[in-house]
Amino acid sequence: MRILGRSILPETGLSTSIVSPALPRPLLDVSGVTLQYKTRQHLVTATWRVDFQVFQAERFVLLGPSGCGKSSLLKAVGGFLAPVEGSIRLNGQTVTAPGPERMMVFQEFDQLPPWKTVRQNVMFPLLASGKLGRREAEEKALDCIAKVNLAKFADAYPHMLSGGMKQRVAIARAMAMEPDILLMDEPFAALDALTRRKMQEELLQLWDDVRFTVLFVTHSIEEALIIGTRILVLSPHPGQAKAEINCHGYDHRAAGSPDFQDTATRIHTMLFADRVEDEGTLRHE
Amino acid sequence: MSDAILRREPPIRPEYERVVTGTGVIGDVARPLSPWERVANVTALRRLAVLALVAAVWEGVALWQNNPLMFPTFSATVAAFWEAVARENLLSMAGLSIATLLKGYLIGIALAVVLTTLAVTTRIGDDILSTLTAMFNPLPAIALLPIAMLWFGLGGASLTFVLVHAVLWPVALNTHSGFTSVSDTLRMAGRNYGLKGMRYVVQILIPAAFPSILTGLKVGWAFAWRTLIAAELVFGVSSGKGGLGWFIFQNRNELYIDKVFAGLITVILIGLIVENVAFRWLEAQTIRKWGMVR
Repeated sequence: MRILGRSILPETGLSTSIVSPALPRPLLDVSGVTLQYKTRQHLVTATWRVDFQVFQAERFVLLGPSGCGKSSLLKAVGGFLAPVEGSIRLNGQTVTAPGPERMMVFQEFDQLPPWKTVRQNVMFPLLASGKLGRREAEEKALDCIAKVNLAKFADAYPHMLSGGMKQRVAIARAMAMEPDILLMDEPFAALDALTRRKMQEELLQLWDDVRFTVLFVTHSIEEALIIGTRILVLSPHPGQAKAEINCHGYDHRAAGSPDFQDTATRIHTMLFADRVEDEGTLRHE
Repeated sequence: MSDAILRREPPIRPEYERVVTGTGVIGDVARPLSPWERVANVTALRRLAVLALVAAVWEGVALWQNNPLMFPTFSATVAAFWEAVARENLLSMAGLSIATLLKGYLIGIALAVVLTTLAVTTRIGDDILSTLTAMFNPLPAIALLPIAMLWFGLGGASLTFVLVHAVLWPVALNTHSGFTSVSDTLRMAGRNYGLKGMRYVVQILIPAAFPSILTGLKVGWAFAWRTLIAAELVFGVSSGKGGLGWFIFQNRNELYIDKVFAGLITVILIGLIVENVAFRWLEAQTIRKWGMVR
């Protein structure tokens, strides 16, 4: 709370001035969500009473260190994990099960069924959900594959593709479904730095064309600032909402600017404040 | 460490930028392999060479033994094989065996599918399958033959029973372990599409577990084939007609040892063809094409 109170600093004048006067109804409304899961020995609380709202066309980032439950939150929105407390509503409907209106892009490369070509992979959810017939699905798939610059590889199998290309297929597959919200779970974390940067640029380009809504999980402050329009900072063990920060104006070109660096430092301090306290107590013992 | 080492500084050298040379100057970027290298890369050829070697050793040892009654030469066996194919009913015997086998094989697979589907959809199904496979997988199918003969009499029904037993457990066991090892990500992707129940099993689990399923099918086939030949040695496929096992048994009784060897060769040949042609083809069309195995 202390940090929130201090957040209206001169360099964040940008974030305060842009707040819209009357907000429309949120697309995704997560309120008071506590998530728990069982391991063999423990009942782990992943997040505790987390609230956030995502609006149409927002690029909302969940940012936090490992163990802050950001992936669990995303899985809960995906419908894979039921909250023990609180509710998750998409367009006013409570989320109870996985569904194709919330397409996920995972970090792992094995998210693509290896027995389907790129084209078939993109068509798969369209056909499985009964959204489109075979011919329309094929057209749509080829269109989306072209959008992620993989037209030449439409008939390749996933094992022939590089990691970055596989992630692009996963993105094309999700985009083809035109989901209400796109859920991305550290989709670029397993890529090399050069490919990651390119993928981030491409994602922003795609967003510029289509203006989809995306909920994006990452542990990289820089990625959060570049990808997001708004960042929810989570504290670890269990995850609690610590701050929400606007970051509309940043892309790769802004990455070096003092404004960007200030925001990054601010988030960094926020995330590591607890860590320093921990070390402090250790030293006293 | 000495002071001199601690104060080491990396040297500062001039920078440069170059235009990258075309491949023409470098020469070989990709060179076609020599004919010998290409021939040596054909697996079938290498395996044929191994077969030829085995045949040569056989011929040599048999000639040295010089006892055609106990151990006929390779050439005599081949001659007996041709004669059995041309004049006797070796092929129809083999056909009879294969038909019986396929019947048991298909029933076994169908039962395995039912059991595994039950096992992946319900917890009690999982317990049932795990317990049953643990009990019956180590039990050789042929050990059930006396009981089967008591229950179903001499004939096709008994054979089918032991064949189903031979196929069911390895196929169910491998399929189940294949299902359980499907990655969480792929499962979530499938459920994300809204797939549930049978559609989820058919469209996600079965193809994702196909490497294990194929292993199960191969092991099941091998078990079934052995069991069948062994069972036929005891009695024919149906009284009087017989299959390959019966052909071997009869010829041994009449001391046509070269024909016994011809029968054994047929057993081996069919095993080889199924393993190296049928299953290899299936593998090439599926898991190899999908990059799920090397």
